[in-house]
Amino acid sequence: MSPFTLAILGGVLIGLASALLLLFNGRIAGVSGIVGGLIRAGQSDKAWRFAFVLGLLIAGSAVRILKPELIETDRVINPVLISVAGLLVGYGTAMGSGCTSGHGICGIGRFSVRSLIATIVFIGVGMLTTTVLRAIWGGL
Amino acid sequence: MKQVVLSFVSGLIFGFGLSLGGMTKPERVISFLDVTGNWDPSLMFVMFGALVIYASLYQVAKRMKKPFLAPNFTRPNRTVVDRPLVVGAVLFGAGWGLVGYCPAPAITSLPSLKLAPALFVTSLLLGMWLFQRFGAAKP
Repeated sequence: MSPFTLAILGGVLIGLASALLLLFNGRIAGVSGIVGGLIRAGQSDKAWRFAFVLGLLIAGSAVRILKPELIETDRVINPVLISVAGLLVGYGTAMGSGCTSGHGICGIGRFSVRSLIATIVFIGVGMLTTTVLRAIWGGL
Repeated sequence: MKQVVLSFVSGLIFGFGLSLGGMTKPERVISFLDVTGNWDPSLMFVMFGALVIYASLYQVAKRMKKPFLAPNFTRPNRTVVDRPLVVGAVLFGAGWGLVGYCPAPAITSLPSLKLAPALFVTSLLLGMWLFQRFGAAKP
């Protein structure tokens, strides 16, 4: 299958998974929010959050057995760069109340102006960062 | 208990969707973000596919009094576009563009037992904790 077909299929699965969480549990499938709640002291509803993350991990484990190259990267990434990126993504998604899933799919899917703006901003800044980085280092 | 099982199933399908769609490959994400370079638009279709399904089923949810398993729908409590939303999105976009991982794909890639996702998720959690501890407005 072409990357485009796979991308649509993958997207359909993601949309379906997010809709299931909404239709059955009334919850937003925003992964940064789900994880943020897991590490927040005094958060009472940790069981479903943990179960969702476990689902991601079991999916990843199955992929590792069936087609490991799907979750491995060929890019050599500087460990310092990864740590800085992780900190920015963690701090930024906590501050901006969402990431690609919460704002990009669930938020835009319900026509939220907040999420539409957040998504335009993070995709725009992401494009800018990637472009600048390639210009400086010729790609990492 | 049913809600916890449903969450697990949702996470499972979500993780397979990310892997199948190519979101778990940072090089693909970088090629998608690198619009002025060798642009690979295919990941746009992940978002497109997800949005069509989610937006349609959201219309179903909107007409329901309550979800199938929970007493009510949990709604986001903020509606205005404020500074934290935009500044947070800028920081997130910068981190995403540096390496090509966002939260869900990095977590899904943890079972590969490679350094990149493990290091990313560790610092992701630290970043979230830092905001919760020092960045969030005190009530």
